[in-house]
Amino acid sequence: MAYNTQTLVHGDHGAIGKRRRGGDTGVVVGRALLAAGCIFLVMSPFVLDTSSLQISTQFLCLATIALMWNVLAGYTDIMTLGQHMFVGVGAYAFFGLTSLAGVQPYAAIALAGGVSLLFAVPVMFVVFRLRAAYLAVGTWVVAEVFLLIAGRLPGFGLGTGTSLPLNVAKAFGSNPGSRSIAIYLAALVVAAAAYSSTWLLLRSRLGIGLTAIRDNEEAASSLGVDLVKSRIFVFLWTTPFLGMVGAIAALQKMRISPQASFSFLDWTVFVIFIVVIGGIGSLEGPIIGSLIYFALRGYLGDLGTWYLIALGTISILVMLVEPRGIWAVVRRYIGQDIIPVSQRADPT
Amino acid sequence: MLMVDQILNVALQGVLLGGLYALFALGLSLSVGVIKLVNIAHGDLIVLISFALFYLTQPLGLPLPAAILIVLPLAFGIGYVLQVGLLQRVMTKGLLPPLLVTFGLSVIIQNGLLETFGADTRSIPGGALQTAAIRLSDQIYLGVLPTLTLVVAVACIYSLDLLIYRSRFGARLRAVADSPDTARLIGLPVNRIYATALGLVGITICAAALFLGLRMNFDPLSGPSRLIVAFEVIVLGGIGNLWGILAGAVLLGLAQSIGAEFDIRLQLLSGHLVFLLVLLIRPEGIFKQA
Repeated sequence: MAYNTQTLVHGDHGAIGKRRRGGDTGVVVGRALLAAGCIFLVMSPFVLDTSSLQISTQFLCLATIALMWNVLAGYTDIMTLGQHMFVGVGAYAFFGLTSLAGVQPYAAIALAGGVSLLFAVPVMFVVFRLRAAYLAVGTWVVAEVFLLIAGRLPGFGLGTGTSLPLNVAKAFGSNPGSRSIAIYLAALVVAAAAYSSTWLLLRSRLGIGLTAIRDNEEAASSLGVDLVKSRIFVFLWTTPFLGMVGAIAALQKMRISPQASFSFLDWTVFVIFIVVIGGIGSLEGPIIGSLIYFALRGYLGDLGTWYLIALGTISILVMLVEPRGIWAVVRRYIGQDIIPVSQRADPT
Repeated sequence: MLMVDQILNVALQGVLLGGLYALFALGLSLSVGVIKLVNIAHGDLIVLISFALFYLTQPLGLPLPAAILIVLPLAFGIGYVLQVGLLQRVMTKGLLPPLLVTFGLSVIIQNGLLETFGADTRSIPGGALQTAAIRLSDQIYLGVLPTLTLVVAVACIYSLDLLIYRSRFGARLRAVADSPDTARLIGLPVNRIYATALGLVGITICAAALFLGLRMNFDPLSGPSRLIVAFEVIVLGGIGNLWGILAGAVLLGLAQSIGAEFDIRLQLLSGHLVFLLVLLIRPEGIFKQA
């Protein structure tokens, strides 16, 4: 039943790739912009000052989380409201591994992702008892449990949290400038790994199944796509990336705390708005959404509550007008993906 | 004797807390049952009406009964318009759009309230009613307001039960809930029935908002935790089961009051843990209706 109306849209220019006039120029421009963006991200440490670099780090973190929420919501119809729990677990794992267990900090970022995955397994068993809309609030409840338990962990600063020790900070650079470059590069590596591996995932056999679920759940299932297995796989797939982002966010703030590390607002609310506005069910959507989010934040961010009211209103309008967001509108003009996910079948 | 009294008291407080939680859950259960929607803004709508009651009684100085009379049609209207103006338009678009619309609405209500009323916690003044209690023993006091909450909750569930299973409107409502397409086929005004159902949700939200405001402090951001309570209650009670709400609410209330007895900071956590435990061993809820 999901996305009946969208089936037509994607069927139109998905696998068969019917092109429209002006489409080819659009793709060239789009890919050029994407390439320019990637070059800019790689060059950033050489051209940006420390504070801009910190904002770029936040951009990479949010774009990564947005991608993960989008893979779940856009392709497997799982709307979670509990993503922040895996981000928080990653932050706490990073602190535990570096300051309590003495693990090398760079290795600890990767291991934090592993810890998130480890926690995701029991969580999956609980929340997958719930379906559809119930699962959304169910994941939120589990995230609340994580938040409450994190606030009672001795050694992790209880309810107020604690700072990362100086030697962990020093491992990334002796002064704030070089440190922000190292943290930025770590975020870049995680984001690049997230986007490229998810792109490969979506192009794989499993990914074609996921795209089929996105377009028509019942039809996909009748053609032999295992819905449950696909959902479980994708749910687990997202968690290491969320954990690594959590570690980087903790590193950037130089501290962990239940409220910040497990922030519903930062890691779930904003992320949902980013994906909804940018475009659910595409790789381009979360990138566009993140760019818009940071652009708007520059103008409206100081207004706090008004910024959130604006984001909420825009996302409702998106749902009313075009549930697949800005990217769907652009894509209708271009006629194909900038980041090609579907395997092209040649119409012979 | 003292020990027994203490246990009895914890149990009593848990059951009474369950009365309030049942009121939170009533509207959510109705919207889940009829329009198949977990309304993420449910808690925020409760808090919104609590603020309306606060505004009418405090700065405007109206007596509480007058404020309730104003708020009832207002809440019915909010529910009706929400369905006709917003939810109706996205209901056919799949699973995510309605969820995301209510999610956006939730954030708008929270921040709208923050902008209007500030971040302070508020409550609705209830005079002597708020502190009145009947002494049962040295350890056990039966609060009048909590008891009244439970009575109102039972009365609400009873009248909804009558309305849904014994009235003509209820028959139409059940037909639409079972299969909107078939209902449309036999000429029922499906959209109007949906909207009226959401209006009814608004009425139950008034009861929840009133007792929330009388019994607890609330602030613009306290909606989500009410939603979570309501959600836990309807899952515990078995989705779509009206009297199950009461059972789920009492179970959650008991879990929380027992947790709080050990350590006040354990109150929320023990409620959530009992919820997850029941979900794991009995995902269909404690009273699954056939």
